[in-house]
Amino acid sequence: MKQIYLDHASTTPVRPDVLDAMMPYFAEEFGNPSSIYPLGQTASDAVAEARATLASILGASAREVFFTSGGTEADNWAIKGFAHANAKKGKHIITSSIEHHAVLHTCEALEREGFEVTYLPVDEHGIVHPDTLKEALREDTILVSIMFANNEIGTIEPIAELAALTHEYGAVFHTDAVQAFAHEPIDVNELGIDMLSASAHKIYGPKGVGLLYVRKGIKVANLLDGGQQERGKRGTTENVPGIVGFAKAAELAWVELEPEHDRQLALRDHAIERILAEIPHAKLNGSWESRLANNVNFSFEFIEGEGMLLQLAARGICVSSGSACTSGSLDPSHVLLAIGLPHEIAHGSLRLTIGRSTTKEDVDFAIDSLATTLTNLRMMSPLYEDFKQGSVESVIEQFAADGFPYTN
Amino acid sequence: MAMNYSEKVMDHFTNPRNVGEIENASGCGTVGNAVCGDIMRVYLDIDDDGVIQDAKFKTFGCGAAIATSSMATMLVKGKTVQQALEITNKAVMEALDGLPPVKVHCSLLAEEAIHAALWDYAEKNGIHIEGLEKPVSDIGEHDHGHDHDEDEDDE
Repeated sequence: MKQIYLDHASTTPVRPDVLDAMMPYFAEEFGNPSSIYPLGQTASDAVAEARATLASILGASAREVFFTSGGTEADNWAIKGFAHANAKKGKHIITSSIEHHAVLHTCEALEREGFEVTYLPVDEHGIVHPDTLKEALREDTILVSIMFANNEIGTIEPIAELAALTHEYGAVFHTDAVQAFAHEPIDVNELGIDMLSASAHKIYGPKGVGLLYVRKGIKVANLLDGGQQERGKRGTTENVPGIVGFAKAAELAWVELEPEHDRQLALRDHAIERILAEIPHAKLNGSWESRLANNVNFSFEFIEGEGMLLQLAARGICVSSGSACTSGSLDPSHVLLAIGLPHEIAHGSLRLTIGRSTTKEDVDFAIDSLATTLTNLRMMSPLYEDFKQGSVESVIEQFAADGFPYTN
Repeated sequence: MAMNYSEKVMDHFTNPRNVGEIENASGCGTVGNAVCGDIMRVYLDIDDDGVIQDAKFKTFGCGAAIATSSMATMLVKGKTVQQALEITNKAVMEALDGLPPVKVHCSLLAEEAIHAALWDYAEKNGIHIEGLEKPVSDIGEHDHGHDHDEDEDDE
């Protein structure tokens, strides 16, 4: 059976060119970058070159880029490292209620240490409004961390405005750009970003490598005390093949950024339009205007997400859901709840994320399968039966009646 | 989170038996709630000798919820009311070759849905079924051990 992978926000395959670039650094050019003989120097040069490539893509300088084991580590380091190094200036941190757990749970850990954290609400499209940030900023606010784009619903946040406001209060602005780096153009100076987290495996690079950009002059506590790697801040022998692969992946993505972005955006809009036209009791989650080019996220009423995922998986379609049943917890996605979805329809959500290899045929096949799956599941749903008999009301119809766009 | 379902569970999820409704059912019971993400409704057709002639279900829920509903309705068919009452969630799970630990509550819900339909049958007919207690309409709550207050919405 043909597999149709539509979960690129979860992870991506390593591009062949990326793998080719990495290969020499496993067995041939295996030297430790800290060694002084030529084998070490080759590895050291490769890391330096990768750092310079990634820095230039961000509009940063190489010394501002620190390699990590991934996005989660970068988020942990940025937030905890900054908080610990700057606690004497204040102990207040602001973030949003829709951050990835890598940020939310890090903030919660800091709360247990005595820091105070404000979790900004978002509007019904998942946007953090600058006026809510303005209200939350205080004299003792040291750090604001707002994600560049949300991993579940794809909403792109007004980063430049949020960063500018943060700076008015003398605080530092961090963004988790794991979903946006090398997908959206990001220049840290133009946008006023002071720290940024990114990950390789979301851009067709290897798993286990990421980066943290830290603007020159910003103090962040050491993550790993050890050798002099990462300017003494993260002392461990560099993941040379991973770092080389990360830079290669970013470079390739950067070259094709605009055409590939526009191609995926057209597929995304095709998917959204088809679902809204053909599948009843559906609601687009997130903003349509300010949205990642590869993200489609819908709630479907009267069904539960896991059943939908399993039926789609049986047809070879790999997608994900914000349903509690797929997360291992009992509550549905905190992001879907934060945009105001009641539990009933948060359980019935579907995320479909497009990638480089996705074709229109793939998207059409997935939507055809989705329509069949939903018909099957609704046929066996007691909620749908009650709705048909008029004894329960449709939550999504209520959203539509309240003027919410993008519903069917 | 990847779910490790047995082949039997996948079979009953993919081709559920006894989906549907029974008109003028002898007993019908609904348990669970949409907030927790699972609702099961069971219909029973019970003859004058107290034998379950037919059983149907409708379920809103995950793969395990659908599979346990399918299996539970299969197990009660042809049984007397008293025998049906003795079919526990454990029996449903065993018949499905087990469930992942986080899905055990689905089998409890299936047991409860059968009980709710039997309770409805008993009430309609003014009879007492030995050992049958009034079912909890909201098994999601008592099983999950929490309710969905506002402040539980945070992760």
